[in-house]
Amino acid sequence: MEHIVIIGNGIAGVTAARHIRKLSDKKITIVSAESEYFFSRTALMYVYMGHMRFEHTQPYENHFWKKNRIDLVQAYVTKVNTQEKLLHLDGAPDLDYDKLIIATGSKPNKFGWPGQDLDGVQGLYSKQDLELLEDNAPNNKVCKRAVIIGGGLIGIELAEMLRTRDIPVTFLVRENSFWNSVLPSGESEMINEHIHEHHIDLRLGASLKQINPDENGRVKSVTLAETGEEIECDLVGLTTGVTPNIDFLKDSDIELGRGVKVNRFLETNVEHVYAIGDCAEQHEAIGNRRPIEAVWYTGRMMGETLAQTICGNRMEYNPGHWFNSAKFLDIEYQTYGWVFPERKKKENEAHFHWRHSKEKLCITIAFDKDSETVLGINTFGIRLRHEVFDRWLSEKRTIDYVMEHLRDANFDPEFYKSFEPQIVSKYNSNFGKSINPKKKNLKRIFQLN
Amino acid sequence: MNSQTYHKSMALTGEPPKSLSISQKLAVFLGLSGLGILLLAVFNVNFPNRTLWLTLSLLAITVGIVWFSWDAYSKKIPGIKNDGVWFKSISSRGLWGWVAGLSLTGFYIVLYFYPEYLGLVNDGDNKGVIGLFDPLSKFLSGNPASQWFVYGTLYTVAILAFGIKFLWKYRHNRYERLRTWSVMFFQTAFAFIIPELMARLNGDKILDGGSLPYYDLKNIWPLNYYNFEGYRIKAFLSSGEIGFALLIFGILSIFVITPILTYKYGKRWYCSWVCGCGGLAETAGDSFRQLSDKSTFAWKVERWVVHSVVVFVTLMTTAVIYSYLGTDTSKYWLTKSSFLIGVAVLLTLVFGWAMIFKRNQLQKDAQYGAIGYFVIIIALIGFHFFSGDGQIFLFKSETLRKSYSFLIGSIFSGVIGTGFYPIFGSRVWCRFGCPMAAILGFQQKLFSRFRITTNGGQCISCGNCSVYCEMGIDVRAYAQKGENIVRSSCVGCGICSAVCPRGVLKLENGPLEGRIDSNQVLLGNDVDLMTLVNKK
Repeated sequence: MEHIVIIGNGIAGVTAARHIRKLSDKKITIVSAESEYFFSRTALMYVYMGHMRFEHTQPYENHFWKKNRIDLVQAYVTKVNTQEKLLHLDGAPDLDYDKLIIATGSKPNKFGWPGQDLDGVQGLYSKQDLELLEDNAPNNKVCKRAVIIGGGLIGIELAEMLRTRDIPVTFLVRENSFWNSVLPSGESEMINEHIHEHHIDLRLGASLKQINPDENGRVKSVTLAETGEEIECDLVGLTTGVTPNIDFLKDSDIELGRGVKVNRFLETNVEHVYAIGDCAEQHEAIGNRRPIEAVWYTGRMMGETLAQTICGNRMEYNPGHWFNSAKFLDIEYQTYGWVFPERKKKENEAHFHWRHSKEKLCITIAFDKDSETVLGINTFGIRLRHEVFDRWLSEKRTIDYVMEHLRDANFDPEFYKSFEPQIVSKYNSNFGKSINPKKKNLKRIFQLN
Repeated sequence: MNSQTYHKSMALTGEPPKSLSISQKLAVFLGLSGLGILLLAVFNVNFPNRTLWLTLSLLAITVGIVWFSWDAYSKKIPGIKNDGVWFKSISSRGLWGWVAGLSLTGFYIVLYFYPEYLGLVNDGDNKGVIGLFDPLSKFLSGNPASQWFVYGTLYTVAILAFGIKFLWKYRHNRYERLRTWSVMFFQTAFAFIIPELMARLNGDKILDGGSLPYYDLKNIWPLNYYNFEGYRIKAFLSSGEIGFALLIFGILSIFVITPILTYKYGKRWYCSWVCGCGGLAETAGDSFRQLSDKSTFAWKVERWVVHSVVVFVTLMTTAVIYSYLGTDTSKYWLTKSSFLIGVAVLLTLVFGWAMIFKRNQLQKDAQYGAIGYFVIIIALIGFHFFSGDGQIFLFKSETLRKSYSFLIGSIFSGVIGTGFYPIFGSRVWCRFGCPMAAILGFQQKLFSRFRITTNGGQCISCGNCSVYCEMGIDVRAYAQKGENIVRSSCVGCGICSAVCPRGVLKLENGPLEGRIDSNQVLLGNDVDLMTLVNKK
């Protein structure tokens, strides 16, 4: 029986395993050093915040793996020998494979700052990072202040986590507004305000010069590059993005760039070796996507695709319209299609932005100046129906059409206030139109005839 | 291995987010002193002015809860407020959880089986805590209090005070707010005040001098399993047109009103908007919703137990009605035989419809269970022709009635159902025991527009939805596959949708088409692959 070995039990590897099992009877082994069972990395923050226990982050009951004949090995892969199709493991005997899937995910970036390896300096990615955080910042007596470096999604999550234990947080963001390398300015500014509302000391345009130790080799303070200001702290959170976790492949025959180089079939340069998820790097970017997509959803999609290939139905990784979501403290964010920030906008990309006068709600729709085709949408504090917006993108609907039917795309809970009239009226006055928003229509939403 | 991530923080004492502020501590003290007055009354401390002390006690409890909630939520930015839930002893089966659970259980045992310890006196003036409630009861209905009046009052106070807590906690969520106003209203008006006022009519001309039975109009058979017992039917029928109308309303409630509303909105219209048991679970029980068991094993137990209760209540009610019907068609159109035939026909129709048209939506064990139970019921009804009077279904109807009332009506719904809130979560009764919930759920699963829609591919498998599902549904198991959630047990509380950080879940009423066997829509890949994935 063919033996499929998957390194990494994150969403990409586990999705591949599940779908291979659905499609075949192959022997499947998943190797992971991080944890015995698959857990949802995105939920680690809720364990620290006391919303969940660690076992709640595990999407499958422990008996699931045996029942589905997916063998789990908890060990660290030290070396991959592709000639003999052999894995050397630390913590378990060597393992041979017929096909190998590399799904080892990411590790936090470090940019060579002085003091970046001191005690009390950490990223937030793995289960071990969470355990470390419980040591470094169990409460506001041990951790009197935390400094977070890097204004991205993990940075703001870490800030939210620490605030639940009343730990004062200074949040250093290199850009002059939060996450404005991704978000248009109106949205980014709204999040700045919300961060302040949560009593987080947000420092924009501030970057790290160095981390200073105390006499025991623990972090004592950080020094800022721009002002030279020194901020005393007991924890430094490094959240300046992630990079593929592939050091163990350096001596192998597998071609590496920043990640494991793969073609559209997720195949590496070595036959029968594949890479998926955060650690895979496309030779050429697909559409507007980055060559390395470190996103939950893309890991899952690659896992689904590769399972087809492994089971004899060779298939390209062909993602549909881009989508993503996040939550900034109390504000939910969803995006469908592409909305670029001002400095990355293409020439023909125009934006319509609406923001509520009091509440923290806003939307931005990107559209083509000439054809008025919608390119993408960002919403904050308003939920959208994935299926409907995805369909509109495929059908290349114009912004007028989207405005007219905006209620169809709303996914807020029942009885929520609806803002479509305000949104459309601002659109009408901005662009001299006279669109009348239509009522929500179940037949259109569910495509019934 | 797993434990390390949380046990360390469990060792912390008095640290945020588990610690209480000074205001919260004072509020707890105030609320407990209100309970303390009641406890003193239980031990027959004689209060000189009962009206005053009862008012003080109920006010202290209410103000204590409201003050606590105000301090906990009102100063914070609206949003999800689950910080520290699994660190706090009361909400994570810690010491305080067990203390609360055991105290509540003890209270229910005394309430159901030893009301004399609460001061109930059958001939003469009440004593103890029941005596303390006499003035309020006399003010409302004109009669002295009973243990049920004491319980009903405290129940209403709990729903109102903890309802206010819930309203603050979810003030950003209009669905939750409206739903909570609704349960607060139905408890106060329908369960508490209207029946007491109805009692004032007893003996009045308007009832032809008859006396109505105590009737909470929203309490529908089979939750209200005693509604068709002989003494109630007599009381209804001897209370003029109003009594007759109420009896008809009771029958229409289960056979007409309930199916229509459940078709349109799912069983949530009842379970989380109207029902008193649900009302208590959603308000006072909210702090314990995360304790429900999400395992597939628990789900299996749930299916067997709750449907067995439905069979039990059906048999029991049939036997009870049978026992007081006559045999002579000339005296009354409904006789023992025609009634039994009617029951058999109705059950056959329901069974036939489900097995013929909806079989593919039932799990294997559900089909076996349905066939087994159907055969048993029909066989037992057949038995009637061979067994003597009053001796239907092998047992005397009175034996069936008494055992149901003891096992299900008291032990299950009260002692376990509510007493164990802090151990098994707030919906143990609704999930494992309530025959009404099971019947509504059967319909919700097979014939209703309600579903929880999963939003394409946005699920990140975080598990908040599953953790905070009070009914123990593993919501994430569906959401992460892009499938809609259509489960008979779902009471539509909407919390899964509220706690979801990615806006994945929406409770809604939509077309039947594509509702259950929803395709794995749009997990993000291109359409060709999704067609392959969806091939079963």
